Order: sequence, then structure tokens, then C-alpha cells
Amino acid sequence: MMLSQSIRMAFKAIGANKSRSFLTMLGIIIGVLAVSTLISVVQGATGSITSQLQGLGSNMLMVNFRNSGNVEITQSDLQSLVSPSTGISAVSPTVTSQGTVRSAGKSMTATVTGVNKDYFGIRSLTVTTGRSLQAADDLYRTPVAVIGTGVADTLFGQRNVVGSTIVVMGREMTIVGLLKEEGTSQFNTNDNTIFIPYQTAQRLLKNTYLSSFYVASASSDTVALAKTSVEAFLDERVHSSDNYSIFSMNDILSALGSVTSLLSLLLGGIAGISLLVGGIGIMNIMLVSVTERTREIGIRKAIGAKRRSILSQFMIEALVISLVGGLIGLGISWLGVTIIGSLMGISIGITFGVASLSLGFSAGVGLVFGIYPAAKASKLAPIDALRYE
Amino acid sequence: MIEMRNIRKIYQLGDEEVRALDGVSLRIEDHEFAAVIGPSGSGKSTMMHILGCLDVADEGEYLLDGRDISDYTDDQLAEVRNRKIGFIFQQFNLLQKLSALENVELPLIYQGVPRVERQKRAHDALELVGLGDRMNHRPNQLSGGQQQRVAIARALATKPELILADEPTGNLDSHSSAEIIGLLHRLHEQGNTIVVITHDNDIAEEAERIIRIRDGRIVSDERKGASA
Repeated sequence: MMLSQSIRMAFKAIGANKSRSFLTMLGIIIGVLAVSTLISVVQGATGSITSQLQGLGSNMLMVNFRNSGNVEITQSDLQSLVSPSTGISAVSPTVTSQGTVRSAGKSMTATVTGVNKDYFGIRSLTVTTGRSLQAADDLYRTPVAVIGTGVADTLFGQRNVVGSTIVVMGREMTIVGLLKEEGTSQFNTNDNTIFIPYQTAQRLLKNTYLSSFYVASASSDTVALAKTSVEAFLDERVHSSDNYSIFSMNDILSALGSVTSLLSLLLGGIAGISLLVGGIGIMNIMLVSVTERTREIGIRKAIGAKRRSILSQFMIEALVISLVGGLIGLGISWLGVTIIGSLMGISIGITFGVASLSLGFSAGVGLVFGIYPAAKASKLAPIDALRYE
Repeated sequence: MIEMRNIRKIYQLGDEEVRALDGVSLRIEDHEFAAVIGPSGSGKSTMMHILGCLDVADEGEYLLDGRDISDYTDDQLAEVRNRKIGFIFQQFNLLQKLSALENVELPLIYQGVPRVERQKRAHDALELVGLGDRMNHRPNQLSGGQQQRVAIARALATKPELILADEPTGNLDSHSSAEIIGLLHRLHEQGNTIVVITHDNDIAEEAERIIRIRDGRIVSDERKGASA
């Protein structure tokens, strides 16, 4: 028998019992809705967190010393790390402290960080007006500062601040650059930070020891090499590896990745159970339907339907119920995900993968749970079925 | 031509053995109009099931078109019913959710006849039984006589070797019965082979051959044509 004919018959049979078919579908609708919405939201949230983290510089390594008093590493030692063979393209030492900052009449507590000219590149920070720090600033301990927009807003109430003077922990400095606004949703925002030349900071904070430094690998492929190089470098100069720790953005990203994929699996699995329950609903209704339509099956067999025809008729009915339910569920889920996305302020959509996974799963459920009732129908003996009242 | 040779069908009802058919031999030629008549419990329903390939005999041979179908599989029997036999049931046995036309198309769908040809043949069959203007009606929108005529159209649509009618007028008033009998006569004149199974003498008298059955055996077999 032709497939299009079978599908038309299936729609007719489903349409003949609209409310019952819809209730059967509801199980699948809810299942698909749950699976695709949960997975999509987790994926969307993960994507948003990941891109924020990558914005912090995915090629970046951060080294912290536990007991900085023991560390005798100079700036030029650090610069020796930059080489094609180490996979490192830039290094910046940092020294940081909380301190009071004043302008005419206003003051605030801000993070004061001493860095070299490469720091901004390593952390992917952009100077929107004015200039960044330069090598000469460090060399001559110039009293200049690059500030975040939060500092500008608090101290001046406006952003046109390049050239103005501020007092950082008691020392007058000229603002030479303003950083791009990062916003409050960003982790570890630099909006309230004041960056000054490293050597200027050492003197200001009265701290000559290196407490941490940042490293940029030449490309994302050399992150592992860069990490090995840094470890080798530190093992020569620091006596115990307990004295320092290296964070790489990649480590954080992959840890995050494994947490969220576990979360996807868990939530998807729980939602999948509701799909399974929906499938049992389909089997139940198809069994009722086979009993109700025993006479119809008898008539069809009497006038020449083979087992295969009856089997495919009932299988297609189960499949149509589950696929139509799946499509409706996906549609509602698309709507829900769009709303959730706009509420959370992140862009989430249902990916092709999630859509085909949930539709495929619902079709599978329809097939698996449709087989038994369909096989039962196809095996009815025509005379018994015809006698059935 | 169909031929039964020493057919036996035995049912087990509890401890009791019921010989529904007990050694029946019968030959029906092409273009014959025969009636099988017997009281209830005589085995005529079993006879109709075996003639119609809805069931197979326990013993004996049943030759349809010279071929023994005793060892056919379910699907082969379905194929035989589809192509060689047209059923007319007492209960009409139409699918309630399909229109008259779709009901007549159904056996052709199972034959895999393409849509256009299928609809034309179903159309022609309905015209032949005088229901050209009722094609899109559902069975419950038709009278009993009209429903039975749809069933006859369905039986005719496949151009079967044998039309098998089981109490075709059992559920009809006398006026509709007369219509159906008239239709069967017309089909017979057009060269169809018809076997009617009934308990009603009046119906049986319409046929040119009457086979009487009782307790699973044929007790008489008369041809009216021979005496007339």
C-alpha cells in the first residue's frame, strides 16, 4: 500500500477522535517541551558565560605567588619569557591594592593596579579615549593613569576626563586614557579600576616584590606550551611549586564546560523520562484503539489487507501522534525559550541539534511504543475480528 | 471454478467435538448462481468462511482456480480474498468513517491500484449499483439497502472470480431485499459467479442451484436449470 495513502488514513483516524488524540499527544508535547527548553536554556546560559569568559582573554595565564616576599623575579626576567619557542607573546607583572582616590571635592575607594604596557593586550582591554600606558611611563615612573568608566562617573560625573588630575593614594596623577565600559553583568569588571605604570605603583604601594603576573600565549594552540614554559621558568626561581599557582582561562572554560554538559545531561534526562511516560500513554491509547477497531481490522483483512498493511497503519498512527506532538512541543518551547532569553537578557535559541534530538526522540518513542499494539492488531484472525461486536 | 474435496472442519468446544463441516465435496462452475441453505448450526457459516478464504479447513482440499489453497499463509490468503473474492455481508461491514466512494476504493488500495484508476473503478462500480449520486455519503447517511449496495459495489470493484454473499438481505426490509436480489440477478446475467449463503428458502429459490446443508454435510444439490 502507498505511504501517502497510509498517512492520510492515519490523520483521518486521529481526527476521528480529536480530544483523545490530543490528550495522548499532550504527554509527548510536555516531554519535548521540557527536553528542548531545558537543554536550550542551559546551552544559552553556558554560551553567554563562556563568551564573557573568553572576553577576559582565552589565551591568558595568570600566575599568583603565595608568599611574594620570597620571590625575586625582575621585570627583565619576565620579559625573557617572551619568545616563539615558549609560545608566549606578552607578559605583564601586576601589583594591586585598594586605595582612596580623590578628585576636586569627591573621593572613592578604587582598585589601584600597576601594570606594564602589554597588560591591556593580554586582558583584551580597550582604551576608548586618550592613550594606553607606554614603555616610557614605566621606565620613568611617570604619574599617569588609565581609568575605568566607573571611576570617571563617580569622581567627575562625566566621561570627558582625559587630561584631568586625580589624587591616587596621596599622589597626583594625570589621566591619560579611559577604558571601554564593561558593564555590571561582566565578571571581575575593570570599570572601577585605576591602572598606573608598574614601577610607579611599586613605589606608591611601597611593594617591590612581584605578587602576580599575566601571560598571553601567542595563539590558542600554544596555551599548553606557554603553561609548560611558565612552569619551567618558575621551577628555576621559586623553590617549591606550592608557592605559586597558575590559572589558565582554558582550564576554567573546560571545567565550566564539563559542569554544564553534565547539567544538560541531567536535566535532559529528567525531561526525557516525561517523554517516556508520554510514550506509554501512546501505547495505552493505541491498545484501546486496536480493541475498539477490531471490527474495522476484520473488515480490512476480509477485503484483502495483509498483516503488513495493518501493522503499518497502526504504526503510522502512533508515529503521527508522536511527531505532531513533538512539533507542537517544539513550537511552544521555541516561544518559551525566546521569552526566557529576553527576560535573562541573553540570546538563546533552539539549535538544530536540540530540535532534531527531541523530534528524533519523540519519533523513537512513537515507534517503540507503537509496535506492540500494531503487532497485536495485525495478528487478529479475520473471522474472529469480524464476529467481534 | 471452485472445488471442495472432502472438507472437514472440527471445533473443540470444551470436551465436545463439533464437526462444523464433515466431509463436504462441492464444485461450483464459472458463471453459476448457487445458494447454500441450511438452518442455523448446519455449518453454513463455516462453509462461507472456508469458501471465502477467511479460514482454512482441517482436512481436505479447496481448489480455487485449480490451485489448492490449504497451505497458504495468512498474507497469501489475504491476497486471494483481495483479488478473487468479493464479500457481501449481512452486516454490510462498511467502514463508518469513510465515504461510500472510499469504502469501494479500499480493496483497490490494498491491490496498489493508482489513485486515478482506483477512483474511476470505484465510481463505475457505484454507478452500476445505482448510487452514482450518493458517493460522498457516509454509511450512516444511507439506508440499509443503500449500504448493502455500497458493499456490493465494493465487492465488484476488484472484478472478483467469486461473489460470496452471506445472508445479504438478512438485515433489510422486503422492498430493499427485492432490490438487492434484483441486483444479484443482474450481476449474474453479466457473467459473475455468485454464491449466496442463507437460511431463507425464498432467497435460495432465486438461485439456479440450491445446495442444502445440515449437520456439516450436503443433503441435496438441485439445479433448477436442469429441470426447467
